[in-house]
Amino acid sequence: MTVALSGKEIARQLEEKFPGSTVQTDESSALVQDKSLLQTADFLKNSPELGLNYLNFVTAVDYFDYFEVVYRISSLEHNHWFTLKTRVYDREDPVLPSVVGIWKGADFQEREIYDLMGIKFENHPNMKRIFLWDGFPGHPLRKDYL
Amino acid sequence: MEISRAENRIYSDKELDRIEGQVIEELRQSSQEAIPDPDKWLDEEIEKNIFLTTVDAIINWGQRSSLWTAICFPACCAFEFIAANGPRFDLSRFGMEILRASPRQADLMITAGTLTWKMAPNVRRIYNQMAEPKWVIAMGACAISGGIFASSYSVVPGYNRVIPVDVYVPGCPPRPEALIYGIQMLQQKIAKKSLARKG
Amino acid sequence: MALRTEPFVLNMGPVHPSTHGVFRMRATLDGEVVLDIEPVFGYLHRGVEKLAEQRTYTGFIPLTDRMDYLASMSNNLGYCLAVEKLAGVKIPERGEYLRVIMAELQRLASHLVAVGAFLNDCGAYFTPFLYMFREREKIVDLFEMVSGQRLTYNYMRIGGVSQDIPEEFLPAMDKFLATMPGFIDEIDRLLKENEILLARAKGVGVLSSENAIACGVSGPVLRSTGIKWDIRKADPYSIYDRFDFEIPTGEAGDCYDRYRVRVEEMRQSLHILNQARKDIPEGPVRADVSHLVRPPAGEVYGRIEAPKGELGFYLVSDNSIAPYRCHVRPPSLINLTPLREMVRGWKVQDLIIIFGSIDITMGEVDR
Repeated sequence: MTVALSGKEIARQLEEKFPGSTVQTDESSALVQDKSLLQTADFLKNSPELGLNYLNFVTAVDYFDYFEVVYRISSLEHNHWFTLKTRVYDREDPVLPSVVGIWKGADFQEREIYDLMGIKFENHPNMKRIFLWDGFPGHPLRKDYL
Repeated sequence: MEISRAENRIYSDKELDRIEGQVIEELRQSSQEAIPDPDKWLDEEIEKNIFLTTVDAIINWGQRSSLWTAICFPACCAFEFIAANGPRFDLSRFGMEILRASPRQADLMITAGTLTWKMAPNVRRIYNQMAEPKWVIAMGACAISGGIFASSYSVVPGYNRVIPVDVYVPGCPPRPEALIYGIQMLQQKIAKKSLARKG
Repeated sequence: MALRTEPFVLNMGPVHPSTHGVFRMRATLDGEVVLDIEPVFGYLHRGVEKLAEQRTYTGFIPLTDRMDYLASMSNNLGYCLAVEKLAGVKIPERGEYLRVIMAELQRLASHLVAVGAFLNDCGAYFTPFLYMFREREKIVDLFEMVSGQRLTYNYMRIGGVSQDIPEEFLPAMDKFLATMPGFIDEIDRLLKENEILLARAKGVGVLSSENAIACGVSGPVLRSTGIKWDIRKADPYSIYDRFDFEIPTGEAGDCYDRYRVRVEEMRQSLHILNQARKDIPEGPVRADVSHLVRPPAGEVYGRIEAPKGELGFYLVSDNSIAPYRCHVRPPSLINLTPLREMVRGWKVQDLIIIFGSIDITMGEVDR
């Protein structure tokens, strides 16, 4: 069975290394600040006993006050998984750092989040719309798109 | 790890995307109403004032017995069309065994799948490339009216917004037997047309 | 006199003579050698995730059918598993066995089309494709007995399956299970050591296992690179832990290995079907769950091993009759991520084969 890593345990390790990064934890997920996203992601991937090098998916959810971007990562050898979350509070021009340098599989998925939700990712090699055409008005998956 | 950057290309993909987006938006603004169906063939039983000459009869028989299909396979109905071409429901007994990749050699377009606004200019271009006389069969619920996706933001509600349709075959997806019935209806329609009258 | 060449761009447009759907590639070529490709999709983007928020949980099941339309039962199963995990529903035994039988028959049908389309791209124009379709018609007949539909079944429900199987299903399935191994052996005899297939597919389009893990690739493409990862064994869902089967893997990660992995998976599916056939119990097929199910607020990620890879549904619920957010993790889209590196340096006809061997369905890529 794929085991879920404990949120509290991972948050403790993250706080040791990068104090002030974790905002809250859940049963098997941790919410980090967007400016410490890259360091936490790097640590989670490269630490030898965690080794979370397989990105299952990355997606975004629109809660009306903020956007929450969810990363689900797992390790095939140790057979455990973890969920990393971060929030963006700006609705006009939301920006997050891109994790394509850490997990290459986020390439098309981040373009999809930009296309449908409007969240831009810095340092993405090809940040443009993927499903809808250039010139489509708006971002359809937002809750305030009619 | 190195990620190859998009700026090393020899063409400007942003420019190509922008032009494509302009074409799509123009088509969307200009297709607000459905194109009316080309001559209501059910009424032709009544209009018997033009004789079907022998020449007409032979030409119509030739055209309807060797319809060649152009490929236009967006979605799931494509696999019912392929099954209709397959060994069990054999479409080549009706003369339709050739599935030409080039629309210039085809005279029938079976639209098998949901049409989105992004795909609409390409379908219009393929229809324009086909030579006269040409016919269109709208296959499946998505082709008739948008189907189960009709309320979506990117789906065209029916192919008859962008091209004129001759026969509609309902179903989601229609069985191969239903498609064959639709093709036979089209063959009856072709049998009734005449050289003197366009359509 | 010196010869000067320069690269040019070829657009392999959304409409093309293969059965993979509306996929567009802008290929930069130097003569016949591919330097770079830019995949463009979205020609079948129907906005399924937005439509999910406007439908009830049960009303979304027909939409899941139409995403990967060659493996509808698997899509239904993945979605129902995710909702059941969230709502805490237990499924009766007969329902579980029926689900496994349908999922494995669907894996057979999907791999038949995948192998047929791959050989179609290799140049054996339509003959192996029609052979596979002949067998697929038998499986589709079985599904039609059960659900009334040939392609998009809408058979699974939250809590089980929608209705019980008729009496003629099990004898028909026995007849099918008796003849299918002979068919797989026949195509193996024709194709396994075929010189043309070996020359065209062996060593072409190699994907290394590190690249595969970095890109998040899953399914037969991942197993062909040598990594033994199958969700049915690593994270068993439904009753897969009761069955005994193996996981075929390849070594080199080229097109030929992907083809071999799919053929061996077909054999393993027959093995599972034989075991499930012996042990089906009697009983109800669906738990007593309302059609307007209201799962408690929370989020869940439920995944299955679909024929194309890891198909997952990430659901966020706010205790109402419609999902707050439903995200589909599409195996076909994520398997396309390493396509650019796989084709660099090969010729145009190899590009077609490499793309065909990944086995994608555009309905799932674009949703």
